[in-house]
Amino acid sequence: MIFKLVWESLRFRPVRTLLSILLIAVPVTLILTLIGISRGFLDDSRKRQEGVGADVIVRPPASSFIGFNGAPISDKIVDLVGKQPHVVEATGTVVQPIGGFDSITGIDLTAFDRMSGGFEYVHGGPFHGPNDIIIDTYFAEQRHVGVGSNLKLFNHEWRVTGIVEPGKLSHAFVDLASLQDLTDQQHKVSQIYVKLDSPGNANAVAAELKKLLPDYPIFTRQEWESLISVNNIPLLATFIHVIIGIGVVIGFAVVSLSMYMAVLQRTREIGILKSLGASKRFIMNLMMWEALSLGFGGTIVGIVLSFGTRAVMKAIVPASLPQAIVPDWWWIAGLIAIGAALLGALYPGWIAVRQDPIEALAYE
Amino acid sequence: MNERASAGAIIEVRDLRKTYGHGSAAVHALRGVNLRVQPGEFVSIVGPSGSGKSTLFHIIGGLTPPTAGSVVVAGEDISAIGDSGRTKLRRESVSFVFQKFNLLPNLTAADNIRVALSISGRPIDGFQKDFEEILRMLGISERLTHKPSELSGGEQQRVAIARALATRPAILLADEPTGNLDSRNSLAVLKILRSLNDRFGQTILMITHSSEAAQYGHHIVHMSDGCITERSAVVPPGDAI
Ligand SMILES: Nc1ncnc2c1ncn2[C@@H]1O[C@H](COP(=O)(O)OP(=O)(O)OP(=O)(O)O)[C@@H](O)[C@H]1O
Ligand SMILES: [Mg+2]
Repeated sequence: MIFKLVWESLRFRPVRTLLSILLIAVPVTLILTLIGISRGFLDDSRKRQEGVGADVIVRPPASSFIGFNGAPISDKIVDLVGKQPHVVEATGTVVQPIGGFDSITGIDLTAFDRMSGGFEYVHGGPFHGPNDIIIDTYFAEQRHVGVGSNLKLFNHEWRVTGIVEPGKLSHAFVDLASLQDLTDQQHKVSQIYVKLDSPGNANAVAAELKKLLPDYPIFTRQEWESLISVNNIPLLATFIHVIIGIGVVIGFAVVSLSMYMAVLQRTREIGILKSLGASKRFIMNLMMWEALSLGFGGTIVGIVLSFGTRAVMKAIVPASLPQAIVPDWWWIAGLIAIGAALLGALYPGWIAVRQDPIEALAYE
Repeated sequence: MNERASAGAIIEVRDLRKTYGHGSAAVHALRGVNLRVQPGEFVSIVGPSGSGKSTLFHIIGGLTPPTAGSVVVAGEDISAIGDSGRTKLRRESVSFVFQKFNLLPNLTAADNIRVALSISGRPIDGFQKDFEEILRMLGISERLTHKPSELSGGEQQRVAIARALATRPAILLADEPTGNLDSRNSLAVLKILRSLNDRFGQTILMITHSSEAAQYGHHIVHMSDGCITERSAVVPPGDAI
């Protein structure tokens, strides 16, 4: 019967109910979108690293994860690495951030093709001149460009010569030498990708390279991919915690306000229930079940909305911020929303419990 | 005091006082009320506005504690049982019928009755047949699926009576049950209360402003200024001359 009371109360004030649910859904969507974007971005990065086909990666001394601070590695090191036993190919790349989450990558196309197995061209073909650029389908979609289009990136006019299937290192590629010239970093690279005669030699070669280049962080592909995680992106974990905190506060405030209004509106009903012998626990239960329903409704709506934000992300920025759907976070976001809702119902519930039944019955 | 009468009483009020507020703002709603009601009695309570009738009901029904005096209802000493004890009293022994019906507006008539049953935690099982008879007597069997807003005042009050009786209370407290009804519906409600008393021996206390309505009880208690001033037996119409 308590469920019927809760249900009828929610049904009887549909605007309040729907508004509360929608407002609780906001932080749920926020959390799921944020987690989804982080995970989508990381998965995408990992996949693209995998697409390079390197077995070992050499990073610049004192480099932070993912952040690229110019191109501090001399290409003499690339040659040195290339001469080590078991090394089939060593190629340097230059990564140039172009704002937001995007970057263009300078590659030695021949070496890169050998290492990665070559690009799959959807339209056009490889770059030839210093101002040519190859982009992947996501990037083309996001920037609305095709083969032959001009593309202004990093204060430079590029001509699109080819559009390729995504999944290899970057979304946009230009000739290594021309990017080095453009950024005034002749004979320098951002990192070195190393392909071996057999992936099974990765650990041994990485160990040898560490002896050879003690200042350089060196990773096997496996180590490198495992580093692509939330905790290794500066401030991301903190940011996620802040958003979760905001979610709790919003959920708490919404339910608190909504339940408080409901208690005031229902003063008389609560008086009636008390005159019928409803105990404090009964009244509190009523409020808690109602809050729980609102929290649950908000969770469901929030999950549905996270599919909506994904669709929006996909339509606007398919290359920069791919958003994953994260079912393993649904229940966490749900617990946060419901917990906040229950917390929010405590004070209004206490007000309801404390109400004098005679005054409540006299209430108009 | 007659010990045997006292032992048999279902309501025993002695020197009951109730004061609202403090100091100069204090209102002495009850100033030493004594009242004894036997099981199966139907008592009408009359008196001018503000004389403390509702306050007396609120105390007997466990909605508010007395300031002083002793009140024993259905074997429970109300001044000694505290808030949860009074909740239990309302749940198990006493039911209210109010002037303003006080049905839960978003529930159907049937659900209003079910809520009371659910709160009382008392299954209707053995009482089902009697309760169906009560519903027939109230004439609302056909109206149970409707919400209060779809019912007339008279129907709402009869649903409220059904709700009050569904939990088989020892005592029914009706505070101006006909106050919001026209004369035809008032008459119907009064007859129902009277036959509930005749047929099931339901103990009823009823506050009324109408001296005609008061005649439906066995006794009429007159209140004035927080005191009971007179208690008189109603003379059955056949015995009058
Ligand atoms: N909660 C309260 N706080 C302060 N004073 C109150 C309160 N309830 C009742 N009173 C006062 O107590 C006195 C008795 O009130 P009560 O409601 O018992 O009278 P009544 O006989 O039922 O009157 P009526 O016929 O108008 O319903 C009145 O003076 C009233 O103003
Ligand atoms: Mg009154």
